[in-house]
Amino acid sequence: MDLPTLWFGLLAFFFIGYFVLDGFDFGVGMSIPFLGRDERGPNDIDRRVLINTIGPIWDLNETWVIVAGAAMFAAFPEWYATLFSGFYLVFLAILLALILRGVSFEYRHQRPEVRWKRRFDRMIVIGSAVPAFLWGLVFANVVRGVPLDAGFNFTGTVFDLFTPYAVLGGLTTLLLFFTHGVVFVSLKTTGPIRERARLLAGRAGLLTIVVAAVFLVWTTVSFGSVFSGILSAVAAVTLIGGWLANQRKAEGWSFALFAATIAFAVLSLFLSLVPDVMPASNDPANSLTIANASSSGYTLTLMSWVALVFVPLILAYQGFTYWVFRKRVSRTSITGVPEAGEQLGEQVGA
Amino acid sequence: MNDLLDPLLLSRWQFGLTTIYHFLFVPLTIGLALTVAIFQTAWVRTGHAKYLQITKFFGKIFLINFAMGVVTGIVQEFQFGMNWSDYSRFVGDVFGAPLALEGLLAFFLEATFIGLWIFGWDRLPKKLHLATIWVTALASILSAYFIIAANSFMQNPVGYQINEAKGRAELTDIWALLTNKVALAAFPHTIFACFMVSAALIVCAAAWHLSRGQHFDTMRPALKFGLWMMVISGTLTFLSGDQLGLAMVETQPMKMAAAEALYNTSTGANASFSIFTLGTPDGVSELFSIRIPYLLSFLSTHTFDGTVEGINDLQAQYTQLYGPGDYTPTIWVTYWAFRYMIAFGVLAVITAVGGLWFTRKGRMPTKRWIWKVAIWSMPLPLAAMIVGWVFTEMGRQPWIVFSLLKTQDAVSPNTTGLEVLISLIAFTLIYGTLAVVEFRLIKKAIQKGPEEAPTPDAETGDVKHEATVY
Repeated sequence: MDLPTLWFGLLAFFFIGYFVLDGFDFGVGMSIPFLGRDERGPNDIDRRVLINTIGPIWDLNETWVIVAGAAMFAAFPEWYATLFSGFYLVFLAILLALILRGVSFEYRHQRPEVRWKRRFDRMIVIGSAVPAFLWGLVFANVVRGVPLDAGFNFTGTVFDLFTPYAVLGGLTTLLLFFTHGVVFVSLKTTGPIRERARLLAGRAGLLTIVVAAVFLVWTTVSFGSVFSGILSAVAAVTLIGGWLANQRKAEGWSFALFAATIAFAVLSLFLSLVPDVMPASNDPANSLTIANASSSGYTLTLMSWVALVFVPLILAYQGFTYWVFRKRVSRTSITGVPEAGEQLGEQVGA
Repeated sequence: MNDLLDPLLLSRWQFGLTTIYHFLFVPLTIGLALTVAIFQTAWVRTGHAKYLQITKFFGKIFLINFAMGVVTGIVQEFQFGMNWSDYSRFVGDVFGAPLALEGLLAFFLEATFIGLWIFGWDRLPKKLHLATIWVTALASILSAYFIIAANSFMQNPVGYQINEAKGRAELTDIWALLTNKVALAAFPHTIFACFMVSAALIVCAAAWHLSRGQHFDTMRPALKFGLWMMVISGTLTFLSGDQLGLAMVETQPMKMAAAEALYNTSTGANASFSIFTLGTPDGVSELFSIRIPYLLSFLSTHTFDGTVEGINDLQAQYTQLYGPGDYTPTIWVTYWAFRYMIAFGVLAVITAVGGLWFTRKGRMPTKRWIWKVAIWSMPLPLAAMIVGWVFTEMGRQPWIVFSLLKTQDAVSPNTTGLEVLISLIAFTLIYGTLAVVEFRLIKKAIQKGPEEAPTPDAETGDVKHEATVY
């Protein structure tokens, strides 16, 4: 395997890391209106339970996109330049959403007023849903191909990015991240919210399976190869497996299988691109390929050594963080007052 | 109307706005992380409750500020591709590498360990928890190194070759890139300036409480710490700035000439430094100025009989080297930005020296104005930092990468003026609103003051921390 291909794979790895990890953050954020309420309406303690399941980790999860973006810049400058300038307004929306979401986590708990908290709740929901949808839209457009000129500049407009296929891609990631996040909530909480999350994941999971199936079949038929088709099939199997595991209350398995679904789906999209990284829909001669979009051998060699040394280290200390915060979050861990019939100090079961 | 929708002009405004805004939060992140780490170390070492109180007090301000630094930082990385795609195509091979290193080596560490620090008070052993804030602080400093190395390539390109076939610069020597002489001087200059910004905030917060006669046992040590931090880091900022000036004269003489608005090459006494000018320093309409002879010669060459090249000569040289064109930065911007940077920085240090005098040997000032100065001098280093960056980036113009690529050739050719106008308005509105919220929250956290330290366990002497929850 040559270096550009290796980095194409590493880039897939960084985006998988981002979508698997920040994907459930998006899902948790979007679930606030559904899970952060009881019979009496919005429940602030439950909302805090939800936010605290990702409190210590959302920032490091989000950092994966910074690394994925920087890796794309360094390893495939042409791809980075074409994608980010071409999809200008889409990336603007993603940025604004990520800003709102990030500050809302930090600001929400700074004041006790209900109005203050509701405002930031809304911003967390919007700030999670918008990127969850748009990242799917972005990658669906990359797979489908967009019009490029001979200098690899995008020649379409923002409206060209909202084709039925791309919107379906966005809906797929939106639903997939939503369900993934809700399953994460059931894995990381105790008490009534855990059961509510399981029921919601069951319903949302069914919808996800239907939409994702259509998207993966469409991708495979129109843009896929044999390998990407196989991976799509694997993603479909793990998705259904994740849903079944949720129905059987195997939360750890369900979460792992949803994570696997995201990983296989991203791999399938990347494999369907080979040997391109961004096909030109108007003229194949203008397509960005792994070969013509990549950096020099020196840069890629250097970055390969850095990745070889540091990625295992990064995975180790991030794993350590997840281990430190392995305990389930309960209403008690928020208020400090035990609730009737609540089990305390329960560990995460896989 | 054409001007209004010129993508180049709008993109430059947007980059300036978002970068300055991002850099309001970065210095506090870098300086406060270190401050918190030092006070937490003092607490772990001595067990004095007051150090724990100070740790948590500044820790809270650090956290309010941290989220803003993170989310505005993503904008920085994305907009190279969004607004400056031709720049990205040209330098990605070189410039992308330090950004990727920054992410892999520094940002991941910072983001992971700050989570451990915030939520780990009741879960990690005392010393391991202390280690998490040190890792956060050092990672934030490390990240600054990589981004300054990347920026220094734009000021003084090294470690590359031009690939004519691909029409781009390619990295040939990462070590040369990381030990760029501009980076070696700009890094300490920036870091110590970041410490000055934090020191000013610490002094401001402590003075606010002390002037009201409250929290003496925590805010007095904080005040002394802040004042010393200002004086020491201010001195080091000054010394490293001097080194940066030498590197600048060597690599970008036009920037130094523009800093002094020196039109004609001058030697010795004629290479004077004007402290103040009435009228515009454009060499034609100068009405009055106060000048120190020899000083510009000394700043530029460390000798009193050195020769400093003037704008006119450099313009002629560059026209020969790079073809016809205007190679002069906007002089009034560089001239005044350079002066305000020095003035704000020096004022901040003088204020701190005064503060140390007034609080010597356990004394506390009683006069209101002394406290007022301590509180209201808070923005000085931040203002110095902002105009310093404006100077260094505007002084590089018309180049985006000195001698290799002009800013006008770097902008995304396919992004329309309307798109950039939309994003510029969106960033301005959101950033403006968040600035107000952020300022109020930090002010509130400061005025609330340090909270009572938890009582240690009677038998073990251990402190039981409450779990941090959002």
